[in-house]
Amino acid sequence: MLLALSASVIVVLVLLWEVAWPVALERIERWRASRRLIVADGYDPGRERRAEQKARALLCSCVNDEEWAMYRDLGFIRVWGGLAEGPMADRDGRGAPYAYLIYPHKPLVAYLPQTRRLLSEYCITFLDESRPYGSALLPDSDDVLAKWMALTGDERRIINSANMHLPGRQVDPKQVRRDLWRLGQWEQARLREQRRGAGSVPAP
Amino acid sequence: MKPGHGEVLIAEGDIEVPEEQESLVAMFRAQLEEGMWAAVPRASAGGRREAQMVTSFDDIPADADRVIFFPRAAGGG
Repeated sequence: MLLALSASVIVVLVLLWEVAWPVALERIERWRASRRLIVADGYDPGRERRAEQKARALLCSCVNDEEWAMYRDLGFIRVWGGLAEGPMADRDGRGAPYAYLIYPHKPLVAYLPQTRRLLSEYCITFLDESRPYGSALLPDSDDVLAKWMALTGDERRIINSANMHLPGRQVDPKQVRRDLWRLGQWEQARLREQRRGAGSVPAP
Repeated sequence: MKPGHGEVLIAEGDIEVPEEQESLVAMFRAQLEEGMWAAVPRASAGGRREAQMVTSFDDIPADADRVIFFPRAAGGG
């Protein structure tokens, strides 16, 4: 009787050991892994934030006050088109009744300011030739500045480089119309502030 | 502009100094050969800010205080 009981206890212990040992081993490994020092390989978690701060400073130094305030307050910049007749008479005597909205890492959105009708999307990427298998993105503000420089410097070239699509392919038209409404409100508020600053009295 | 890094100073110098001008020209060409586009931000005649794209060192306006290089644009998805 005692022998049978002892044998049973031994069998139970062996079975428990078989079940418990892998679990215990895994927990030991986890504990060791949690205490292991990992060499970070030079990764700097603040790099992208600093890059964006530098990019914002660079953008601010390149665009005019209105465009910078627009980007700071609304998150996009409007650039007037210069390839047709329109209100921008100061650009080589040509103007444009159309404009672009520049969003970071989104297509340029062309639209008619008078009617707020969306015309098209121009998809553009800025390739990093030094990294043939794909590249890190430019910081948001650098992406906006690159588009701004390309548009104001050589609109035809950038538009020819872009892939054109109908509105709504990547940027939600509802969002664009909302942004255009926000832009209108923002411009009116800015105008009121400027009038107040100039000491004039607004019309009743 | 460098993806993942933002603005990086490539070179600086005085174009009135021949050695520095040579260095600036060499760096300018090297950037263009790497496929970068170059632009000079400036104020237009109407007072608005705009960029002037430059494809050779001689195109850079004499009063420009900097040239910004950025990756060339291509059609995206």
